[in-house]
Amino acid sequence: MRELARNPRAALRLTGGNIELWANLLVISWAVAFMLWQGVGFAITLGTVFAIWAILSVSLNLVVGFSGLLSIGHIGFFGIGAYAMAILTSDASYEQLRTEAIPTLGWPFFAALPVSVALAGLVAILVGIVFNRFRDDIYVLVSFGFAIISFNVFLNWRALTRGAFGIHEISRPEIGGWAFDGDLAFLALVVVFLAAVMLVSWFIVTSSFGRVLTAIREDEQAASVFGYRVTHYKLAIWVISAMMAGLAGGLFASWTSFIDPNSFILLESILLVSIVILGGLATIWGSLLGAMTFVLLEEGMRFLPFLPNEYVGQARQVVLGILLVLLMLFRPQGLVGRFKL
Amino acid sequence: MTAAPANSGDYYILETEEISKHFGAVAAVDGLSIAIPRQGMTSIVGPNGSGKSTLVNLLSGTLPLDGGMVIIDGVGLKLVKAYETPAHGITRTFQEVRLFNQITVWDNIMVVLTNRSLFPAMLERAKPRYREQAQRILENVGMWEKRDSLAMDLSYGQRKLLEIGRALAVDVNIYLFDEPFAGLFPQMLERVKDIMKAMRDDGRTVIFISHNMDIVREMSDHLIVLDSGKLLTAGEVEDALNQEEVIAAYLGA
Repeated sequence: MRELARNPRAALRLTGGNIELWANLLVISWAVAFMLWQGVGFAITLGTVFAIWAILSVSLNLVVGFSGLLSIGHIGFFGIGAYAMAILTSDASYEQLRTEAIPTLGWPFFAALPVSVALAGLVAILVGIVFNRFRDDIYVLVSFGFAIISFNVFLNWRALTRGAFGIHEISRPEIGGWAFDGDLAFLALVVVFLAAVMLVSWFIVTSSFGRVLTAIREDEQAASVFGYRVTHYKLAIWVISAMMAGLAGGLFASWTSFIDPNSFILLESILLVSIVILGGLATIWGSLLGAMTFVLLEEGMRFLPFLPNEYVGQARQVVLGILLVLLMLFRPQGLVGRFKL
Repeated sequence: MTAAPANSGDYYILETEEISKHFGAVAAVDGLSIAIPRQGMTSIVGPNGSGKSTLVNLLSGTLPLDGGMVIIDGVGLKLVKAYETPAHGITRTFQEVRLFNQITVWDNIMVVLTNRSLFPAMLERAKPRYREQAQRILENVGMWEKRDSLAMDLSYGQRKLLEIGRALAVDVNIYLFDEPFAGLFPQMLERVKDIMKAMRDDGRTVIFISHNMDIVREMSDHLIVLDSGKLLTAGEVEDALNQEEVIAAYLGA
């Protein structure tokens, strides 16, 4: 203790480490307790929702945490992936519904998923080329614009998306004769994709490329003086991140088997940024923790005895908001992060 | 060197031809033509606002040229792109130290050693060759012990040293140092001087900006004096410093 008193920085570092440890233990034990309490079926649902949010937040962290581009338009790529999956695989007979009819293509899941990913990447290239001109607060504004535009495309391009009616009978994955129709099988599939996304992200951020991204985040102009074409680097990570979000979108559409534009509103995008900041910028593990906290909060508040059901939705946003304010006051680097925006 | 143009020969490594830069109505650099010899150390001096830092920014592509041409080792450039300057053989430090703050000292050096092309960089991990180079440089500037600290946690002098180390890590011929001695304690000052002398003895072209005339006299072989974005005089240090215009510009007489 005496040594700690002499060296306050070491003391700070020690407690910092402990906060991370406690955050980890708290969230994980909370999750385990919750699942034991609610039973297996609920745990599977919780796990699937978590895994999809985790793919999204890990992918967004590549852009926000590692490259310093605060994008609140990420949900747009999630939506593009989801709609690609929905339109390609939906097998409903819309003609009988007397609403907007879209062609039913009836593709299998595994044929549509690469299209979800590629389409999100393609749109990201076009958007990214424009976005590369901006930085900092202006970047937030233009990414806001992207979220608004993509939502309005989903809502109003009715010949393709059926607008507010949404698309249903989105197919579940199938390999050979074996279908992932059970919830547990689907959870396993989503977790495999989450693991793949984490692996790719880890590989990227620990490579020379990842180190350059952090340098660009710190001082873009200095990075360019040392020989890096920063616009190419920013575009590359933006596209990779968008493709991961597209993947998450494809999985989400298939899991819910029905989507409409309400899943892709700006608020979801802002919640996503909150998750990334909550968990910690520039840490893959932190994004998992953030997503887990968010999902537990979202689902867990349903069971508070004193909270009427109709207020649950709003209450969780209030709690998340308060959590973020407290976090920014006392721990601006997030639960397990190192870097401050 | 075999392909040097006839007009400049091999003597000068870095030249400018009528370069200018305006900020609004102010001409920070105004039709400036200078030539910097390959051998030895060159210092750039001048009163505040005489365009020294702007000149370095133009030479390193940090600011775009409004007009004129920069000739680096015989290659004429009307547009100096920042990301191409290491390939042209130039690197620099900044007047206000600009490190990559929230990454480690180690990564600050590593980042300038690794592959510049996008896709190879994605597949590249820290090679032993880079690690050895980074260690050598950190030991050279006396920052090896601090390698795991974040750059933002260093003292001012350490930050200056690290920035010089980062420039050293870029293996080029021309080094531009923008006020490398400002605000340093004597011990640090000697260390920076030694590093720069060693670079000169290694055959690199070292160019620095300074306000300290004692250091300028001690360190540099050639002098460029700027005033209001124009060249006041250039030449050997003692000759240039003893000219009346230079004394007048400095004393404001």
